Amino acid sequence: MKYTPNPPAVVEEMLRSMGLNSLDELFLDVPSPLKLNGNLDLPDGLGEMEVKNHLRSLANLNVNVDDYPCFLGAGAYDHYIPVAIDQLLLRSEFYTTYTPYQAEISQGILQAIFEYQTLICQLTGMEVANASLYDAASALAEATILAAVQTKRKKILLPDNIHPEYRQVLETYAISGTFEVVILPTKDGIISSNDLTSNLDNNVAALVIQQPNFYGVLEEVAEAEKLIHENKSLLIMAVDPISLGILKSPGELGADIVIGEGQALGNPLSFGGPYLGFFATKQKLLRKMPGRIVGQALDKDGNRAFVLTLQAREQHIRREKATSNICSNQALNALAATMYLTAVGPTGLKNVAIRSHQLAVYAQQELAKLGFKLKYKQAFFQEFVIEVTNPHLINERLLENGIIGGYPLTDGLMLAFTEKRSKAEIDKLVAVIGGN
Amino acid sequence: MGKLIFEKQVKGSNHFSLPKENLDVDIKIPEDLIRTEDLGLPELSEVEMVRHFTDLSHKAYGVDDGIYPLGSCTMKYNPKINEWAARLSGFSALHPYQAEETVQGALKLMYELDEMLCEICGMDNFSLQPAAGAHGELAGVMMIKAYHNKRQDFKRTKMMVPDSAHGTNPATANVVGYDVVEIKSNDLGLVDIDDLQAKMNDEIAGLMLTNPNTLGLFEEDIQEIADIVHTGGGLLYYDGANLNPIMGICRPGDMGFDVVHLNLHKTFSTPHGGGGPGSGAVGVKKHLAEFLPVPVVAYDEGTYCFNYDLPYSIGKVKSFYGNFGVFLKAYTYIKSLGRLGIIEAAQQAVLNANYLRHHLRENYYIPYDRLCKHEFVATAKYQMDANNVTTLDIAKRLIDYGYHPPTVYFPLIVKEAMMFEPVETESKARLDDLLAVLNTIAKEAEDNPELVKNAPYTATRRIDEVTAARKPIVKWEEG
Repeated sequence: MKYTPNPPAVVEEMLRSMGLNSLDELFLDVPSPLKLNGNLDLPDGLGEMEVKNHLRSLANLNVNVDDYPCFLGAGAYDHYIPVAIDQLLLRSEFYTTYTPYQAEISQGILQAIFEYQTLICQLTGMEVANASLYDAASALAEATILAAVQTKRKKILLPDNIHPEYRQVLETYAISGTFEVVILPTKDGIISSNDLTSNLDNNVAALVIQQPNFYGVLEEVAEAEKLIHENKSLLIMAVDPISLGILKSPGELGADIVIGEGQALGNPLSFGGPYLGFFATKQKLLRKMPGRIVGQALDKDGNRAFVLTLQAREQHIRREKATSNICSNQALNALAATMYLTAVGPTGLKNVAIRSHQLAVYAQQELAKLGFKLKYKQAFFQEFVIEVTNPHLINERLLENGIIGGYPLTDGLMLAFTEKRSKAEIDKLVAVIGGN
Repeated sequence: MGKLIFEKQVKGSNHFSLPKENLDVDIKIPEDLIRTEDLGLPELSEVEMVRHFTDLSHKAYGVDDGIYPLGSCTMKYNPKINEWAARLSGFSALHPYQAEETVQGALKLMYELDEMLCEICGMDNFSLQPAAGAHGELAGVMMIKAYHNKRQDFKRTKMMVPDSAHGTNPATANVVGYDVVEIKSNDLGLVDIDDLQAKMNDEIAGLMLTNPNTLGLFEEDIQEIADIVHTGGGLLYYDGANLNPIMGICRPGDMGFDVVHLNLHKTFSTPHGGGGPGSGAVGVKKHLAEFLPVPVVAYDEGTYCFNYDLPYSIGKVKSFYGNFGVFLKAYTYIKSLGRLGIIEAAQQAVLNANYLRHHLRENYYIPYDRLCKHEFVATAKYQMDANNVTTLDIAKRLIDYGYHPPTVYFPLIVKEAMMFEPVETESKARLDDLLAVLNTIAKEAEDNPELVKNAPYTATRRIDEVTAARKPIVKWEEG
């Protein structure tokens, strides 16, 4: 299969119009020792039917969450996606367009991003948001750089209950020398004021709080917020967007920078990507915020219009002075999130959060009846850890019973629940874990 | 401009529903953590939500709408089969933490894609983890730093970047902690070898380069460039933004590059999505393989698995394994085209660019008017000199004729630059139409310059970007 439209006769006509005789003449500038001369070891191309069969056969080698109820979370969640969203995402004006550099021909994309930024502000209770970053982990890395630049301090206090992959990404980005990661020990699964206090000094740029944290547990943010701000440091929160349907917003809790994994907002699991990292801050950080930002403007006739704005922050202007090299956003994923938040609305989002939470509570209560204890006793949102010694064995048994189990920890199993699950599925899960 | 979604809401009109199942379970969240503020999301019925986004799609322009000659962006046709493949539930409905034995098809696809990209680039190993081109650059430059660090060579604190480079190159170098040393371009638009030689020393970590470069010109001295950098102890970084016209023709690995990143959303036909998601796969020669981001996909006794055991790895640049839903489209594309299709795509991309350049030169100044690869740079010099009509004016006038403009004012070394990349999936007829329109605009600029200066005359007129940046409004507020 190929997608080049000019047949040989047209190719020849084009060559002749330039006074050329062959396609080879177009590559005279490539030194001959470098030329492959067709010597490329790739298979022959396949026709569309063959490609379909091949891809389908690969897909069929996988077990998927549409066929098997899934109790895995740990940063990616199997929430329901209203059908209208994918139908709309298939409009090719959206998915085959580029970054809206030419605003007058891209108002649809720009308006959608402006709406996305507004929705993220509404959800997080923050004042400004960017057009999205790659994912939560890289958004957290950008947030820490912003905090270090803003405070002119280096230390980032990172609790040990943060998502391990966020921590890994942060440690990778630390190669820049802009910030250094200090791991904050936690007590009983949550941040303790004592440990926080003993780690505070005048080189602490920010504290990161993940809410709910990696183990699904809800942090008491208020005390930490007070301590960190008294220290003139910033509070960065990494939040689950669905949980904000019921939980107090990070804005209300006093966060300065809020990031999160936006996957749950209308994006399929897709084996880990593409997702989107949302990024919101207080107004005072706007001009230092990384990533693309869409702003409202007026056109020549005085009508409302939208443009990419504040580009003086960005790499194509600042070049080697830029503190972020980001030059794109996850526009299509952000569009999905915009559609999702619109499709479910305020009541729908709250109900999704409540049902996910209630199913988790139900499962925990059923497991408790069989003697399975919570590893962390505090309140959780939609995910919790039970103490078991053999999580891998349990997962294998669940798989044999047509269930995708939880996230295995050394001495526990972490189970996640979304509104898609049912009591019947949970009863089966509990029964298999219980050995029946 | 129509209304924003927030201005269309009707309270009580959203009918999103959940299963009616009675759970009979209390909410067990401490009262002080429960939201008290209004969520504020808009309320719309499904039909009005669908109409809203359909309306927005009418106000966007994609490759399916017509030619999209945005230089350095490789706006080629995005085959529909790619979208079909990404939506198979055996791919889209996989949780990233599923047990390896339940995702063998996904791992096999990643493994094979790694291999095919190695072959196309002449590299030894690939990682699909970075989410975009700039992200791939970041991973690549971090590996260069990790390489020197492992050799205890800490005095290499500078990265060389040509003055024609994309802004992400110097920005990436800075983010990784390098000072940037700019290398001049010569009169031919190529790397100035003398300048390179003069600036190469034992404080230089490497050189970041695209080939063909941002002027669309092939760096003919690439082997000598590689020698200079390697002899001086540096590494050579390939920015794969411009791989399209040379894939299957020659390979960065054979030119001497040590690290490459690819923009799978350019060269390998995955759609740009309005600015993302992309995929910035990063490839290395053997001597850098130990620094790749973890995990890498391995194959052992009939089973595919993730290998996290790379002690010198730079770590992770992203959660999970990269934009799987994107790179599976690149896999589908390479499988469809195969060996000959890949070569033919490169050839026709170069044919189209040269055809457009050749026939445009009558009315537009082309500063480096010689054999180009995938793109070339024209300028508004004639129009500026005669009637003060700028590149921006011409770009906006193109919109009136229903065309997406080329990349403008880049690269920075050319005044009033218009960078055209017509890509291989455009037909001669489409190119002829574009030429006709550009020639018409050149005539308009001569006969009626005000007409062009005030363009576009579309539903949205030219936008005041300066005020937008000075007094930023970045969200909707009631009232």
